[in-house]
Amino acid sequence: MNFHAIKAIYRYEMARMFRTVVQSIVAPVLSTSLYFVIFGSAIGSRITEIDGVSYGSFIVPGLIMLSIMTESISNSSFAIYFPKFTGTIFEVLSAPVSYVEVLLGYVGAAATKSVIIGTIILATASLFVDIEIAHPLIMITFLLLTCISFCLFGFILGIWATGWEKLTIVPILVIMPLTFLGGTFYSISMLPPIWQTISLFNPVVYLISGFRWSFYGNADVSVVVSLATTVGFLLFCLLVVRWIFKTGYRLRS
Amino acid sequence: MQAIISIDGLSKTYDGGFKALDNVSLEIDRGEIFALLGPNGAGKTTLINVVCGIVNGTAGTVTVDGHDIGSEYRHTRAMIGLVPQEMPTESFETVWNTCRFSRGLFGKPASPEHLEKVLRSLSLWDKKDTISMQLSGGMKRRVLIAKALAHEPEVLFLDEPTAGVDVELRQDMWNVVSKLREQGVTVILTTHYIEEAEQLADRVGVINHGEIILIEEKDKLMRDLGKKQLVLNLPTALAEIPSQLASYHLELSDDRHDLTYTYDTKRERTGITALLGELNAAGIHFNDLQTSQTSLEEIFVDLVKKDQ
Repeated sequence: MNFHAIKAIYRYEMARMFRTVVQSIVAPVLSTSLYFVIFGSAIGSRITEIDGVSYGSFIVPGLIMLSIMTESISNSSFAIYFPKFTGTIFEVLSAPVSYVEVLLGYVGAAATKSVIIGTIILATASLFVDIEIAHPLIMITFLLLTCISFCLFGFILGIWATGWEKLTIVPILVIMPLTFLGGTFYSISMLPPIWQTISLFNPVVYLISGFRWSFYGNADVSVVVSLATTVGFLLFCLLVVRWIFKTGYRLRS
Repeated sequence: MQAIISIDGLSKTYDGGFKALDNVSLEIDRGEIFALLGPNGAGKTTLINVVCGIVNGTAGTVTVDGHDIGSEYRHTRAMIGLVPQEMPTESFETVWNTCRFSRGLFGKPASPEHLEKVLRSLSLWDKKDTISMQLSGGMKRRVLIAKALAHEPEVLFLDEPTAGVDVELRQDMWNVVSKLREQGVTVILTTHYIEEAEQLADRVGVINHGEIILIEEKDKLMRDLGKKQLVLNLPTALAEIPSQLASYHLELSDDRHDLTYTYDTKRERTGITALLGELNAAGIHFNDLQTSQTSLEEIFVDLVKKDQ
């Protein structure tokens, strides 16, 4: 294992986050705070409790998920796409590193950033609403699994993208709608039966439901199914990355 | 001498069908400076990129220090440093950080002493805290060389390292290459400046249309394919070359004031003494003379033209 390479990539990527601290941390925290002000306080005060939880508290897990999924994809896709764009990727491709080491460096750093952002948002949310965490270990597990799997997804996206538009098109046109329709701001049980069934095809529902369960003990779907779905998504992304490095898809001609 | 890089039957056809390398076989000796010459699109960069692991070959084998570049890539890549033709740099990083990154990436523990030595040798020490995007083109080129040397490679590929840089950097680079040779580093150089190859290389390879058309020791190449000429400046114009001098195949310049004699230095006799005697006998006097030798550039151009 080339630990020096993992450390070099990880440190390089973390340095980039601290160099762009406003974009990396302040922006997502600000936008999430605005969600709390608008949905939690302004609109939330007119909505009754959901499953015994005040609306402001109810949306906290969903908002954390929304932020870490968006940031994970954004950070890791940019991390690998930018060297491709500038040409500095040649150095990684010519280095004595395996794909596992490349992943540990790039995805590890991106996931660390997402965990930091998630933690800051959780701390920020506690300033607005009462938060309780019923199952802290499960909460941390979901947080880590989501950060890692969406960073992997972003990594794949960054390799696949051949232009800046492609880099942003998937987060905007796919991930954002799935997240908003995945129960960030409502419980799936509030929907008409047909839409409840359709929602079950949205993988984000399982992530948010499982994460919310770790906070309040209430879930739209079984927490075991949520966990299995998250792990399944993680394994799927790992297999795709393995295939990319094995074939050199869009990396080696 | 033991080969450090062995390339056997290497071919590369890109997805679009373009055949960049066609059955290339080549051995690079340990510690030598090898200049790979060829016109644009000849396959020089593709060849380097295959050895470095950036491009996958279609057929053939490549070993570095006896290790296969595919199955034993950790060993081979750790030995190689690459200065690419383009100038991609981490725009927002300092020179020091980007060099430190390169060293770590290639599996070496931190060594501020080594980085300092490399940066000083390339006159980059006072720029170590400067962000790459604030550097001039020449300085960025130096940074790329520093990055390639950061992990103390045993083999260094320099792909057009002095393209578009000033004379000072070129001289610095030549000094660095000379020092690397003294340390036993193998250097493979592609260049458009044939003068560079003439100055530095032990051996020269010429590639065209993806095929190696010649590999030869530089000195031998220049001896074998180079011509030497003697030019005599005449004080008075010569109407025509006397018939008794026909065996020398002299050439008379358009202004009829220069006589050129082309000779072979490898032959036992060059014929110069006899020619001068016969000129004197024919009453042809001269007031100056120069000798010149064919440059590597002329040999290269001639080789490539013949291959068209």
